Amino acid sequence: MKQVTVRLFAAFREAAGFDTLAHATGAETVAELFAELCAAHPGLRAEAAALVAINNCMADWESPVGDGDEVLYFPPVAGG
Amino acid sequence: MKFQISDRPIDRDGLRRALQRPDCGALAVFEGWVRDHNEGRAVLRLEYEVYRPLAESEGLRILREAAQRFGIGDATCVHREGLLELGEAAVIVLVAAAHRDAAFRACRYIIDEAKRRLPIWKKEYYADGEAHWVNCRHCAARPAADEAAAC
Repeated sequence: MKQVTVRLFAAFREAAGFDTLAHATGAETVAELFAELCAAHPGLRAEAAALVAINNCMADWESPVGDGDEVLYFPPVAGG
Repeated sequence: MKFQISDRPIDRDGLRRALQRPDCGALAVFEGWVRDHNEGRAVLRLEYEVYRPLAESEGLRILREAAQRFGIGDATCVHREGLLELGEAAVIVLVAAAHRDAAFRACRYIIDEAKRRLPIWKKEYYADGEAHWVNCRHCAARPAADEAAAC
């Protein structure tokens, strides 16, 4: 198992009820990790335009999850 | 080039003065204001949440892209965070260039990319007491390869 820190923002944070979570996971990719979180937090759902970052770098949904990573999930953005 | 997140009202005149330079004959400005309605609902105020570390680095990258594409003299963008009342400027883009065409085009590019790419979220507070996070339905998920490469 890998130990990661998950951070959620805006609508994702409110849906899941947490903003930062220390989490042990066997997920291979950040997409799999998000699916795990959705299963554990029924309010949380995947969104087509959501973005993901690993250790403050924008990442692909198929990017691998590494031990010690901080994974950030951004709901669809709406600046301006 | 300057990109900033601000929790205070934006000093537009100060930003304008800072952009003045002798080789620029045009200044294009875009301001996004808090509006009293959205999709048929009366809006009372807005709240912006910003993930600063990435908003600031990505915002600066957008300004540099605009400089490269349009050959402008200088550009500034400031976006607010926190609670904003009706009529306040939520975002401002200023572009100085030798001529107006580059200034207009760069200004448009910067605001469009900022809305699409920056980790900023908007919550609308309505007259009926409800509040919702706004989804930008026109914004496509960004292909991540080029962004990941920039890290």
